[in-house]
Amino acid sequence: MILAKTGNEALAYAMKQINPDVVAAYPITPSTEIVQIFASYVSDGKVDSEFVAVESEHSAMAACIGSAASGCRTMTATASQGLMLMHEMLFIAGGLRLPIVMPIASRSISSPLNIHGDHSDSLASRDSGWLQFFCETVQEGYDTLIQAVKIAERASLPAIVAVDGFILSHCMERIETFEDKKVKDWLGKWQPKWNVLDYKKPILVGPATMQDYYFEFKRSQIEGMNTALSVIEDVQADFKKSFGRGYDVVEEYRTEDATAVVLLMGSACGTMREAVDVMRAKGSKVGMVKLRVYRPWPHALLAARLGRFQTVAVMDRADTVSSYGGVLYTESKAALYELDKRPAMLAYVYGLGGKEFSLADATAVLEGAVAGKKDELVTYVGVR
Amino acid sequence: MAKLKSWKELPCGAIIEDPKAVLENKTGAWRSQRPVWNKEKCIHCLACWIYCPDAAVKVENGKAVGINYDYCKGCGICAQVCPKKVQAIKMEQERK
Repeated sequence: MILAKTGNEALAYAMKQINPDVVAAYPITPSTEIVQIFASYVSDGKVDSEFVAVESEHSAMAACIGSAASGCRTMTATASQGLMLMHEMLFIAGGLRLPIVMPIASRSISSPLNIHGDHSDSLASRDSGWLQFFCETVQEGYDTLIQAVKIAERASLPAIVAVDGFILSHCMERIETFEDKKVKDWLGKWQPKWNVLDYKKPILVGPATMQDYYFEFKRSQIEGMNTALSVIEDVQADFKKSFGRGYDVVEEYRTEDATAVVLLMGSACGTMREAVDVMRAKGSKVGMVKLRVYRPWPHALLAARLGRFQTVAVMDRADTVSSYGGVLYTESKAALYELDKRPAMLAYVYGLGGKEFSLADATAVLEGAVAGKKDELVTYVGVR
Repeated sequence: MAKLKSWKELPCGAIIEDPKAVLENKTGAWRSQRPVWNKEKCIHCLACWIYCPDAAVKVENGKAVGINYDYCKGCGICAQVCPKKVQAIKMEQERK
C-alpha cells in the first residue's frame, strides 16, 4: 500500500506490523511521536502488544531487558536526552545479547538545549554493543526497522535504527508499505536461546563475573558483533527476495570512474546525491559512498571499497569534542591504514543541532574533495 | 578448582546455565546488620520468605525455621515485612 507518512508515523506503523510482544517506553518528551502513535495502536486494539508506560527512559530499557530475557519480542523508541538516560541499560542489553529493537529519531544533546536532528545521541551509544543502522529516507527507515528485528534475533544483538530527527522523523514522504500478514510471516516467531522464566531449565541471568570470566564473556560478545555483518547481508538478501527492495551495508552513487568521493550517513545522503549530479554535469569525477550500517563497523568492506579513490571526504553529523572531528572520520581513516595505497582523507563536521546542510554546502564539500587537501584538519560546515 | 572455560565455551549472553554455582559464592560477609528471628513470636505467615531477595529465609514443612547467614546480606526487608503486631524479626548490629 502506498501511504503518505512522516518518519515517526512510518516507524510506528512498522512497529504495528511487527506487533511485538512487549513495548516498554516513556511516552513523552524527550521521546518522539513514535511511542505516542504506537500507544494509540495499543488503545485502539490494533496490536496485541503489552504496552508498559514507565517513569523514565532508564526504566524503559530496564523493562525491555526483563521482557526480552523472558523470551518476548521487545521494542522501544527514544531520542536525544532519553537515550542518554538509557545509557547504562544499553550496555546491559548488549552484554546479555538480548535482541531488543529500538528506532531512534536521532537528535542533538544538551547543552545548549536543542531538539533538532544530528547523530550525537546514537553515536554516543556506539560502544554499548548494539547494532546501528542509519537511514537516508523514511522508506529506508520503515524497511530497515522490519529487517532489524530479524537481524537482531539471528545475531542475538540489540539493534538501533536511526532516522535523522525532524529531517526524517517529522517530514512526510511517500512510502510503500507491505501487507501486515506478509511482515508477520517474514519475521516468523522468535526462538530465544534461553528464557529466564523457563522453570524447567533454571538459569542465572546477569551474574557477577570477576577477573576469571568477565573478559571471556566480553570476548564472546565481540564475536557476536564480528559475525553480525554476514547475518545482516543474509537478511538483506532475504528481504529483497521477499519484498523486492534491496539494501547494502555500504552503497555507492556514481563512483564508477570517480577520483574523489564523500562518505556519510543518514538523510544528508539525499542532498549529496543531488550535489554529485551538479558536479558531474560540470565534468567533475565525484561520487558518494553511503554507510548504512555503522555497528558492526564494516572496516574490511570500507577498506576494499574506498582504497581506489584519490580523496575521501568524510562527513560526520556529530563531533567527539576531541579536536579530531567525528567518529566516522577517525574510524574510516583507521580502517584504510593497512592499505598499500591510501586515499587522502578529509574531515568535515556538519549539521549539528539541525543546522541546515544545503545543496551549496554539499557542493562545497565535493569541491574540497576534488582539491584533495585543506588548510585546517576539520572543516565545520556552515559555521559562522 | 575446576578448569576455567575458554570464551568459545561460554553460553550466549553471560548467563549461568547451572544456577547452583551461585551457592559457592557466600555473601553473608557483606552484612552490617543481621536479622534475628524469634521463634516464639513467629506466626509463619512467610512474608519474609516471599520478600527475601536472596532466598535466605529457611523454611521446613511450610514453617520458618531461621535465617541462612551464609547468604543473608542484611538488607532488612524481612524485618520490614514482618507484620507490625508480630515483629518476630529484629535487625541488630553485626559487630557490637
